Amino acid sequence: AAPLQVRLVVPMTVVFGPGSVPRDLSRPLPFRDMQEMEISVNLRTSVTSRYEMRYRSTTAQEEAALSAATAREADAALHPLQDTTMGSLTMYVVPETSSLLPQGINVYVGKQRSALVRAVGSLAALQARLREVTQLMSFTAGSIAAALSDRVPSAQLGPDARRNLKSSLGYEITFSLLNPDPKSHTVDWDIEGAVNRYVKPVLDKLSLVANFSVDSQILYYAVLGVTPRYDKESSSFLLSAHSLPHVINPVEARLGSSAASLYPVLNFLLYVPERSHSPLYIQDKDGAPVSTNAFHSPRWGGIMVYNVEAPASPQASLPLHVDVDMARVMEVFLAQLRLLFGLSREGVPPEFLLESPGNEGLADWELDHLLWAHTVENIATVSTTLTSLAQLLDKIGNIVIKDDVASEVYRAVASVQSAVTKLSLGHLHAAFQASKEAVTSSERAFFDPSLLHLLYFPDDQKFAIYIPLFLPMAVPILLSLAKIVRETRLHRKEPTKMD
Amino acid sequence: DQAEQFLRSGHTNNWAVLVCTSRFWFNYRHVANTLSVYRSVKRLGIPDSHIVLMLADDMACNPRNPKPATVFSHKNMELNVYGDDVEVDYRSYEVTVENFLRVLTGRIPPSTPRSKRLLSDDRSNILIYMTGHGGNGFLKFQDSEEITNVELADAFEQMWQKRRYNELLFIIDTCQGASMYERFYSPNIMALASSQVGEDSLSHQPDLGIGVHLMDRYTFYVLEFLEEIHPASQTNMNDLFQVCPKSLCVSTPGHRTDLFQRDPQNVLITDFFGSVRKVEITTEALSLDREVAAVESKFPDEELATEPLKYAEQLPVAQIIHQKPKQKDWHPPGGFILGLWALIIMVFFKTYGIKHMKHVF
Repeated sequence: AAPLQVRLVVPMTVVFGPGSVPRDLSRPLPFRDMQEMEISVNLRTSVTSRYEMRYRSTTAQEEAALSAATAREADAALHPLQDTTMGSLTMYVVPETSSLLPQGINVYVGKQRSALVRAVGSLAALQARLREVTQLMSFTAGSIAAALSDRVPSAQLGPDARRNLKSSLGYEITFSLLNPDPKSHTVDWDIEGAVNRYVKPVLDKLSLVANFSVDSQILYYAVLGVTPRYDKESSSFLLSAHSLPHVINPVEARLGSSAASLYPVLNFLLYVPERSHSPLYIQDKDGAPVSTNAFHSPRWGGIMVYNVEAPASPQASLPLHVDVDMARVMEVFLAQLRLLFGLSREGVPPEFLLESPGNEGLADWELDHLLWAHTVENIATVSTTLTSLAQLLDKIGNIVIKDDVASEVYRAVASVQSAVTKLSLGHLHAAFQASKEAVTSSERAFFDPSLLHLLYFPDDQKFAIYIPLFLPMAVPILLSLAKIVRETRLHRKEPTKMD
Repeated sequence: DQAEQFLRSGHTNNWAVLVCTSRFWFNYRHVANTLSVYRSVKRLGIPDSHIVLMLADDMACNPRNPKPATVFSHKNMELNVYGDDVEVDYRSYEVTVENFLRVLTGRIPPSTPRSKRLLSDDRSNILIYMTGHGGNGFLKFQDSEEITNVELADAFEQMWQKRRYNELLFIIDTCQGASMYERFYSPNIMALASSQVGEDSLSHQPDLGIGVHLMDRYTFYVLEFLEEIHPASQTNMNDLFQVCPKSLCVSTPGHRTDLFQRDPQNVLITDFFGSVRKVEITTEALSLDREVAAVESKFPDEELATEPLKYAEQLPVAQIIHQKPKQKDWHPPGGFILGLWALIIMVFFKTYGIKHMKHVF
């Protein structure tokens, strides 16, 4: 793979509230500092992260905001006073004994790009805690390695790698309602309303990352591939965790996809079990029913089982009318969407309190997290693509490069250089846009249909074709040439002889 | 256990490219081969949207077929592999070397529909099955062109450069099939062939009712083997290598695993022939505020100002039919032709004497 050296710069501001300055602070506020860390992926790929920190003390307005009752109110009040460019972070340090953060909580991470951190005695300990927070809110060595997963030797990859969706210019989201038993259930789902109310805010926030298109469908008589087991104790049907991988395939054959778009498709299926198999619960490895009653498959989508309550009287007329509670369904589907993109809140230390993003679906720093990973992934992809294109052209001499392919290559090179420069200046949004343009241009150049090399001419085939053509014709010509040469030599000798 | 198994194979989706390179009635068995593999692969879970099937498709409706609309894979007409839900992506004259290489490398014209593309990514395991007439280092496509083993190896390298596959299984059932995988040099490729260089692959059994051989031996025994595989089975590749020993197949099947990173012992048949998904339980759910009204999108779709629609200009067909053929521009002959003719003329006049010149001019 092509060598890659990228520097990721995170501009940070650390604001010390009154009474929170560490005792061993050597320099007076405000001052600037810088920390560099190398994330080496393999011999030829290195990503350096640089945190440019500006330490200062609070202004009067910020002090007023920090005297709010709860961390959430303080964070909301501090928001208009911050620098909110993408990729930047602001940390407010509150005194150790402050009651702003609840008991046992040392860090409160807000919905935007700021956090409240409880002070620690020494500067070194505080910096360690700040480093933990910044890594959570921007990127870690693991998330960068996951973005560059095709450069990491596969033995070193963790289970997280290659699980998240690859960076793409767009994604197609399809919501499908599966009703295997229309005789018993008439299912009504207000999918359009649910998309407008719950899904659109999330996709609007993600629209910086990619274009999203949403469609929906209803499939009748679509069954799962597995027969669930009846459990007498809970008088319900159970799907065990190890039978889940086989559920998706028979259904997938029935799911369509848009013929015109080439973007990856994310399928979200809502399955209403048959009357004879209700209620249906999904069991995890330990045998306990899953609270969301849903599971997902990396890079594919998710399935949720929606149980319909048994009718009050056994003589109720079939089919039962079911009105799906779209809010509950969308809570699960949007959570699955987050997990497919790799935004998980598991693995956060217990002393961290993360503010819920609400209806927006993801916090600003989670969006930044995605952008860091996608920008690095895009830059790596572009450099690999252009290098392999150059190698292809070196190897095969008779490929003709059209002008528009050449201009796409130039544009890709210019864009990727601009992306790397902007990353090293800390402009995340501009770097991401440049990397997207670079990917578009390089893919267009690499996959141009005119580059198909069909004319493989090994040397023995060249001889086999041209010799039978030219040899019979060449024999009299060569013999005549020999005769001419002999005659000329004789002719030259003769005059001297005659004299 | 289960977690370990998921960590072993790194793929998240499966694709299959099944190519039958022959046409004409007497090559019935090649179409039956390909369709049988297609059936197995569908049965084990790969959906049509992930299968690229290239067939000449001239068997089922061939005037010489005594049972129209069927293609049988076993004598006594036990199994009709044509059925009623075969989805052929490239049929008849579209099965060319160029289209095959375009599918593999992805260099497809933008107007191609989704069903004709191989939209694999770096987590895709791809099965490529090819059958037809072949020789030492080449495979004949539809009696008019051929693909060489070097071209195939280069195409796979192009796929690897763009990470269009995680692992690739290449199966070929032709005469001297092992020569086709000799030149592979990209990582993560496993190859199987029905015969070694210098050997012919033989067909299995003729059917006296239909009048042609129905299948090739190697594919027949591979299919018998696959019939016992179900989506949850744990059979591995070493068993597939043992299929069709010389006593049954007459030719010696070969395989190549040196480019493959994992040990064939650990590679499940369903890693390539089926589609077993990795699955995770969803443990988190968001909490949404249900009272929110439908929000106006922050980025409203811009109304595109379009002209009112009208009929496109019809082609002036009468004009086109009656117009005179366009004069091709005349180009002076190139250097090589000029030199050759100069040489010939010079030799002629030197040999037979310059006296002929005055008759010419």
